[in-house]
Amino acid sequence: MEVKREKIRALAPLSQPRSPEELRVRQLRARDLLRGDLEGEELDKHVEDSVLATTLERVLNWGRANALFPATFGLACCAIEMMSIVSPRYDIARFGAEAMRASPRQADMLILSGRVSIKMAPVVRRLFDQMLEPKWVISMGACSSSGGMFSNYAVVQGADKFMPVDIHVPGCPPRPEALMYGFNKLQRMIVGNPDPGWRTRYNAAGTEEWAREEAIVAGGVDEYAAAHELARSAADPTADAGAEQPGGGA
Amino acid sequence: MPDAPGLELIAQELNEAHEGAVLDTYHDRGQACLIVDPERILAALGWLRDTPGQEYRFLASVHGVDYLPASPRFGVVYELLNMPRVERIRVRAALEDPGPGALPELSSAVELFPTAEFQEREVYDFFGIVFRGHPDLRRILMPEEYVGWPQRRDFPVGGEPVIFTHNERETPRWTQ
Repeated sequence: MEVKREKIRALAPLSQPRSPEELRVRQLRARDLLRGDLEGEELDKHVEDSVLATTLERVLNWGRANALFPATFGLACCAIEMMSIVSPRYDIARFGAEAMRASPRQADMLILSGRVSIKMAPVVRRLFDQMLEPKWVISMGACSSSGGMFSNYAVVQGADKFMPVDIHVPGCPPRPEALMYGFNKLQRMIVGNPDPGWRTRYNAAGTEEWAREEAIVAGGVDEYAAAHELARSAADPTADAGAEQPGGGA
Repeated sequence: MPDAPGLELIAQELNEAHEGAVLDTYHDRGQACLIVDPERILAALGWLRDTPGQEYRFLASVHGVDYLPASPRFGVVYELLNMPRVERIRVRAALEDPGPGALPELSSAVELFPTAEFQEREVYDFFGIVFRGHPDLRRILMPEEYVGWPQRRDFPVGGEPVIFTHNERETPRWTQ
């Protein structure tokens, strides 16, 4: 036991261990506050120590992000991987999303785990419409994100053709860790700190929907194309500017 | 499984019972197949089901085939099974393509084998082969408002190009 304690101390040294006297002072302050005796500088100090100032919206979002109820909804083989994230090994309860809800009315996150056939698409859309706001959707795996290997007559080529999708998790199927990672990204999105990284990686800077809409509102498609080219060249300075635009400068 | 001489015997007896019903036979990889005149498909199936000594009473599967460059273009294949002897025989009806705007037709086997109902609906769904006398000929797997016969060989494969890092040079300006 002694060895263990030393190890923990070595990993996380207590930089400023609080003295028992300080703890006693804080206790007395709290007691005085409850009695209504605390005032002046002492009151300021107590409030400073014990109150975290924030906005209501942030608190709400923090609560939402850490208490998501996923819908119990599996579409295909990805659902097997999705089921295992509630198992003790991966344990999505660590992030507060272990309460799988069998009704869309009670759920606020939908995980599209598998290919969506054109016959299933209206059903999925109805489930999504039945969920209460605010709601989020994770598209799990290649099939529900882009059609994947099912590039054929029966499968919708990407679930975002008929419903909004917040997070795409790639893989065929994604490992449970990947889904957890996507879920953590969704949590960061909900608290208002998203980290979209793929646009720079895929040279797709300037393809955001807001950018397109703004450009079209501002001046039409040509301007949008120009902005897109500009964003591309800015994101990838090694791209050969001459090869793709023959005579573009003339 | 009837062996090759056994298959010829079956074909001969069937031809004696229904003149000109069997057009051809083949025996390949231990599987016996009768190629039957599509106009007499019900007579052939009924004969195989009811004749003493044959008694193929179980219809294991009905499926459609599209041999596009070939003529006749379509085939409807019935897999029959005799449960006590564990013998299987395949019956195929070859159908001509009636041309654009028309659908090939065949008599429905639902009266003989009730299990054919859903399987013929599946053949209709994917190949557009109409079964005359079927009680409820609708699409079964595809949505009812779907247009086209998706398992025909001239049906486009579908899907759409997806941008990856390896092909983005060939598909520039993919966002527009």
